Amino acid sequence: MHLCQRCVFVFRCGRMSPALQQSARILHQRSHDIRSTAALLQPSHNPLPVHDLSQKYNIETWRPCGMHLRALSSSVQNNSSDLTQKKDEKHCVAYDSSDLHQESLSDIHNIGLDAVVRPSPFQEICEEEAVRIQVPSSLPPVSFTLRPYVDKSETLNKLVQLGVDLWKLEQRPNVGSMLVKLDFHADVAPRLLFLKDLGVEESKLGSLLTKNPFILTESLENLETRVAYLRSKKFSAQSVAAMVSKAPYLLNFSVERLDNRLGFFQQQLGLSFEKTQNLVSRLPKLLCGSLEPVKENLKVCELEFGFRENEIRHIVTTVPKVLLANKRKLSQIFDFVHNTMGIPHSLIAKFPQVLNAKFLRIRERHLFLEYLSRAQYQPSHPSYISLDRLVFLPDDIFCSDVALASLEDFEQFQKTL
Amino acid sequence: MSTQAVRLFRKLDGLFAVYKPQGVHWKLVRDTIESNLLKELNSCPPPPRLAVQFQLLSSGENSSSTDLTLSPSMVPSLADHPQVTGPQFRKVHVGIGHRLDAFSSGVLVLGLGKTNGLLERLCKSHVTRDYTLEGEFGKATDNFCHTGRVVERTTYDHVTQDKLERVLAMIQGANQKALIMYSQVDLQTQEAYELALKGLLYPHGKSPPVLTGLRCIHFKPPHFTLEVQCVNETQKYLRKLIHEVGLELRTTAVCSGVRRARDGPFKVENALTRQQWTTDNITQAIAQFRSTTRKIRKSGIYRQTAAISNTSIQEHKIKGHDDAQNFSGGTMVDRVSPETRDEERT
Repeated sequence: MHLCQRCVFVFRCGRMSPALQQSARILHQRSHDIRSTAALLQPSHNPLPVHDLSQKYNIETWRPCGMHLRALSSSVQNNSSDLTQKKDEKHCVAYDSSDLHQESLSDIHNIGLDAVVRPSPFQEICEEEAVRIQVPSSLPPVSFTLRPYVDKSETLNKLVQLGVDLWKLEQRPNVGSMLVKLDFHADVAPRLLFLKDLGVEESKLGSLLTKNPFILTESLENLETRVAYLRSKKFSAQSVAAMVSKAPYLLNFSVERLDNRLGFFQQQLGLSFEKTQNLVSRLPKLLCGSLEPVKENLKVCELEFGFRENEIRHIVTTVPKVLLANKRKLSQIFDFVHNTMGIPHSLIAKFPQVLNAKFLRIRERHLFLEYLSRAQYQPSHPSYISLDRLVFLPDDIFCSDVALASLEDFEQFQKTL
Repeated sequence: MSTQAVRLFRKLDGLFAVYKPQGVHWKLVRDTIESNLLKELNSCPPPPRLAVQFQLLSSGENSSSTDLTLSPSMVPSLADHPQVTGPQFRKVHVGIGHRLDAFSSGVLVLGLGKTNGLLERLCKSHVTRDYTLEGEFGKATDNFCHTGRVVERTTYDHVTQDKLERVLAMIQGANQKALIMYSQVDLQTQEAYELALKGLLYPHGKSPPVLTGLRCIHFKPPHFTLEVQCVNETQKYLRKLIHEVGLELRTTAVCSGVRRARDGPFKVENALTRQQWTTDNITQAIAQFRSTTRKIRKSGIYRQTAAISNTSIQEHKIKGHDDAQNFSGGTMVDRVSPETRDEERT
């Protein structure tokens, strides 16, 4: 049983001998801590316990050290019985600060204001009385991590079980205290059920919440409106679920913003409705971020690279990531592929995956093929190597099938570049 | 408590060489290796602490009543769950030896753990480095690279290999003089003569870049390739060297590639390529270089044979053997300051 030294001395609830007055005074000062901790743990709509706790301490009927025991006696599975057993003071299994004040009320009536009788520490008491001892909470009011609270708070407990990375969330400002203050049954559970109804898989819920914890503070009506809007735009239920799991911040954006984005993609790219749908469901991040980088990338493709409208359309529908790629890296890859490898626009438009690949990979493989004089990218030539095979295949298959050399040769060649 | 991850972390201690690809900043290389190592180390988190919890469990088969009583049980504490604490290892000390700028490629020496302290000693010591410089006649740019803004274009038809060799010999002569001057050795003495013969002269203390070896290995106008052994250099200096070679030949030249083939005892054959930057390969490489690391640690100032004259450069191919002999010999020649030597003579 984990009890601090002081706890061992004070057994009797409510009847303290004068000898223990000093220890009671010390614990009296801890009342401030307890009050703020209670404020932290209770949701804001229940201010009553705070007042009650302070009343209790003033009367010096403070029953110290009972909370330790009570905290440890709580178990994750029994937390659901918290709210139903508030009034039952004898049933001290579930830990909740609300229990504290409920019990104290009944005890205050039993003991008169002047009768402060403290039991001797060596007095033998029965098991039931020992079990009723209240231990003050050891939770710190302020902490840098969520570690002290995770064992005691139901919300945090359930979040860890879902797979949420609390250590990542606590580094973001104010997110940690927000999570601790949430009430599982009132706030978290309805939204989780909403996401489940939407079709988001349970395994993905953890990563979704890690990336976007603010979905737990978004109002349910807003969430439902946005989902209804997406459904009205003929997105199927599965695609909406997939979009939400790929872009966790999607449902935090207003309907106007989503509408604006969808309209932009349809107009700018000149795509049909189904193609826009397809594009957005494959890369829902397009609906979340700002439109300026997308506009710049489109301008770069048109002016700097010199692609035609239909080619850009084909590239974007095949590889949507080009819209969000880094301009400088995109230019570097295109410059190498077009000028050094000598591949015309039409071929690049036919295999846009090459624009998505890593530059170093393309460069090393092309130079290796050139060294082996196998660099043939014209479809008319017999030993033609298509660009997607150049880029997609893993190293060993590339060496054996495309370059017809061994992996060691490739490594030796890499060291000569 | 030694878990598998902690044991692996303790093993990551030593020097190894990596082949840096061209166009990549050296910091990116260092960060990539650090994140690969951290990924491996954090793959098996430590077991959580057990805390006592009083749970409501059925009293057992003895009592017939369905009373739930408190009973203690050891339950893993959620405060030690990896999702709450985060990864066990957040940083691995990966140190870097002589830096390579983004335009160059080649051997880059990295150190792990406590051996990082050795890297400093290696840097301060007078190990020579081996570079392969590729040049192109006909143009001059603002940053001496072929990717820079072109400033001047010239003809290069008059350049022959003979003229190039002559220019290289002149440069080498100047560098020899600089080597002797900075090695603070009075060449009139017998010891100095013996040192120079063996090729053990090296610059003492701070000195500008000194080329101890220079030759042309490939000449096909406009492209040519030089091989350089040098001390205290920077890659920009080497590119400027190409530019100066061009100027001496009454034409202009730009550098189209700088490749470090050797950094002290770390050669290209043992360097790890990009696909090999994994924990297993790195631990193998550390084991491979363990003897070299020990020699660096033991010797006061690490030494390397500097091939000075042109004739000895032709034995470049067996340089590897020379190095090996040097390590096993471990010759330590006393460096006598000029004043004491004068006293001895008088």
